[in-house]
Formats: sequence, structure tokens, C-alpha cells
Amino acid sequence: MSWSVIVQSLPTFEKALWVTIWMSAVGIALAALVGLIVSLAEYFRVPVLRQVLTVYAEVARNTPLLLQLFFLYYAFPVLGWKMSATACGIVGLTFLGGAYMADGFTGGFEGVSKTQIESGKALGMSDWQLARYVVFPQGLALSVPAFAANVIFLIKETSIFSVVAIPELTNTALDLIGLYYRSNEYLLVLVLAYAVILIPVILFLDWLERRVRHGAFGN
Amino acid sequence: MATELMRVDHLDKYYGDWQALHNINFSIHEGEVIALVGPSGSGKSTLIRTLNGLEPYQKGTITFEGKKVTPDKVSWQKLRQEIGMVFQSYDLFPNLTVMGNILLGPTKVQKRDEGEVKAEAQKLLERFELADQADAYPRQLSGGQKQRIAIIRALVMHPKLMLFDEVTASLDPEMVRGVLNIMQELAKKDHMTMIIVTHELTFAAKVADQVLFLEDGRLRETTSAKQFFTNPQTDRAKEFLASMDY
Repeated sequence: MSWSVIVQSLPTFEKALWVTIWMSAVGIALAALVGLIVSLAEYFRVPVLRQVLTVYAEVARNTPLLLQLFFLYYAFPVLGWKMSATACGIVGLTFLGGAYMADGFTGGFEGVSKTQIESGKALGMSDWQLARYVVFPQGLALSVPAFAANVIFLIKETSIFSVVAIPELTNTALDLIGLYYRSNEYLLVLVLAYAVILIPVILFLDWLERRVRHGAFGN
Repeated sequence: MATELMRVDHLDKYYGDWQALHNINFSIHEGEVIALVGPSGSGKSTLIRTLNGLEPYQKGTITFEGKKVTPDKVSWQKLRQEIGMVFQSYDLFPNLTVMGNILLGPTKVQKRDEGEVKAEAQKLLERFELADQADAYPRQLSGGQKQRIAIIRALVMHPKLMLFDEVTASLDPEMVRGVLNIMQELAKKDHMTMIIVTHELTFAAKVADQVLFLEDGRLRETTSAKQFFTNPQTDRAKEFLASMDY
């Protein structure tokens, strides 16, 4: 183990760290948006759209991100739709994450107790009012743990981006190992770099979970 | 004779193949209090829940203020503004304060002026000795307080009929009195029209004008409260009263 090798690689890893961070952030934000749309279509039982999105969610959840990226990067250009590697990464993460996020939100909405819904109905609420004032505030709070698990899962999934040569952390480590054969050093830095991202994220999500639960349910 | 507020004719309800309610007939007049009593599993809750559309029914009619209820979602949504309901599980919305809970229906559903409703809510809170709790969250309250607030939340909608579904059944014994007192006050002072599902027979005898005795989904007895509690007509009712140590 050579410290100088580690130190020399740090600027390269730092660049890669930012790539992983911003692509995760954008991909997760878009995935949450897609997930919300899918779960709303499910909640309001929007005809046709709901069925289409169910098919999407099944495909996205039951195929590996690796294959999804290959499709986006190698197969889509054949069909005349070419995207940059970065765009493929974001689209892929959104595609995969959207389905998982949708599951989390739907689970939250379904977790709102029947007696709460009946209390709302008994006040004469319409379907929309029931959703707006009863189901969504409580359901979103209930879905925070699933959301948190998905965020962490999706950050880790960005390591797959290396297959389409996006210069994120894993790709950078593999490149460096290929060039200099210093596996131990570069893998150590790689692990630490993910820890640098994930530990604050986990702490933040923990705090968020407690806060939201307290705000919505008082425990 | 006061005007008839709600009338139920030949109502049947099924869960799949199983018939939960058999040919239910009764009517309630303005200012009248009906106690709906009977053994567990007799269909009391099912019946009271059909009266504001929370349970669908397969046959028969419900008439409210002389108009036959069309049993679809939108007409029930409208009617529920006139028919308040309080449940056994005092389900206040946990993410809202007491005042937030009370204001939600009148301001969002009925689109009434918030200031006006707030003033009215404050008066009701004071009347039921909950004035200090307006800004508290449900988690900070006892079961009895929550249930009294659930009653206020329904009252502030200005319902013409109030349904109470075993509202004291899951309260600690020392909380029961306060909730029953409110209901009694509503009956005697406000002349609120109420249908009450309850196991508190002493209370029922005090406030009810009419008793519906339900067993196996059938109305076995529909009589004045006085008659029911002093001289029940059916053996079933006699057994029931005896089993409840009344």
C-alpha cells in the first residue's frame, strides 16, 4: 500500500466524486418525479395511463440497470436516437428509479388507515379533497423510509455507469487500476469516496424520517 | 309532530353472499334520538354506516328530508355535509392541530369563511371545556379529549343528523362520562337529531326517544325507549337486557 499513489490519485477521484454526486442528484430527483406521477396515476386509477405506467414499472424493476444502459447507449442509436453517455446515465437512473420510487409512494398512500379516510369522507370530502388533505400528507410521510432506501440504492447504482464510460467513481477507479495496476490503493479510495457521499446522505435521511414522522404522526 | 328527517325502507345489505341486514325499516324525526342496540355482530355498525353511504346497500331506499337518496358517490358526498358522523376510533387528522381538524370540513368542503368558522369553533371548544387545546396536536390529547373534538369537528359542519358509532367503546372508563355528557347535552339542549350505536344502556335509556333492537341483521324491536327498557316485547330483547346487566 503506497500513500503517495493514493495522494496522487485524489484530484482525479475528486472530479469523479462530483460526477457521481451531480448525476445521482439529478437522476434521483427525476426518478422521484416519475415515481410520483406513476403513483398518482395508480391512486386516482387514471384509465389507460395507469396500465401503461404499470407495464413501464414492471419492465424497469425486472431488468438490470446494466441492460437498460446497454439499450440506451447501443440499441437506441440503431433506431436513430442517439444520446450522450451522460444523458444515457441520467435517463437510465430515472427509468429504473422511477419504478422503485412509485412503489414507495404507492405503499405510503395505501398505508394511510381506513379510519382516517372514512373520517375525511364523513366530512363530505370529494376524492380530490380526501387525497389533498388526508391521504397525501400522511402517505408521503409514511413513504419516507422507502424513499430513503431508494435514494441510497440509486446512488450505489450509479457505479454501473462505468459500462458506458461515464467518468464517475467506479469507472475512474477501474481506469486507474487498468493503467497502473495499484488495485489496493484505488479500491480503498473508491470505498472511501462512496462513504463520503453516503454517510452524510444516510444521516440526513435519518433525520428527515424522524422529523416527518413526528410532524405527521407525533411519534 | 316534527318533520321526518330520514326514513329507511326495506333495506337489505349483503357482503358477497352473506346477508348482513334484512329488511330494515325505520324513520327518525327532527329532534329525535334513536339508540341502536343489540349484541356484538348484530349489524349495528353496518347499519349506521349505510346511513351516510360508507357502506353500500343492495336493496331498499333511504330517504333524507323527503328526497330519495341516489346511492352514488357524488350524492353521498353532498349528503355527508348534512349527516355528521363520529366513530369509535377517534380519528383526528394527526398532522393538523385541533383547530386545523375542526376548520378543514367547513372551510375546504363547505367553503365557508375561515374567520367565521374559527369563532364558532372557539365557542364550541369553550362550551366543551377544550378552549386551551385549540393549538394542540392530537398526539398531545387524551382519548376522551380527542373524541370530544371529533364531535365538535362534526358539529361545526351544521349537520341535520348526527351518527355516533360506539363512540365510547374504546375510551378509558373515566373518559366515557365526559363524552356521554356532551351527547346528552346535544340531545336535550340543542335538540340535535341523533342516531347512537351504543352499549351504554343506562345512557341510552336516558337520552333516547326510540330504540331499535337489532339482532342477526334484523330489527327485532322498534319501540319507544321507555317501553324497551321497562317492558321489552321480545324474548330476545329480554335476554339481551339481562345479559347486559340492565
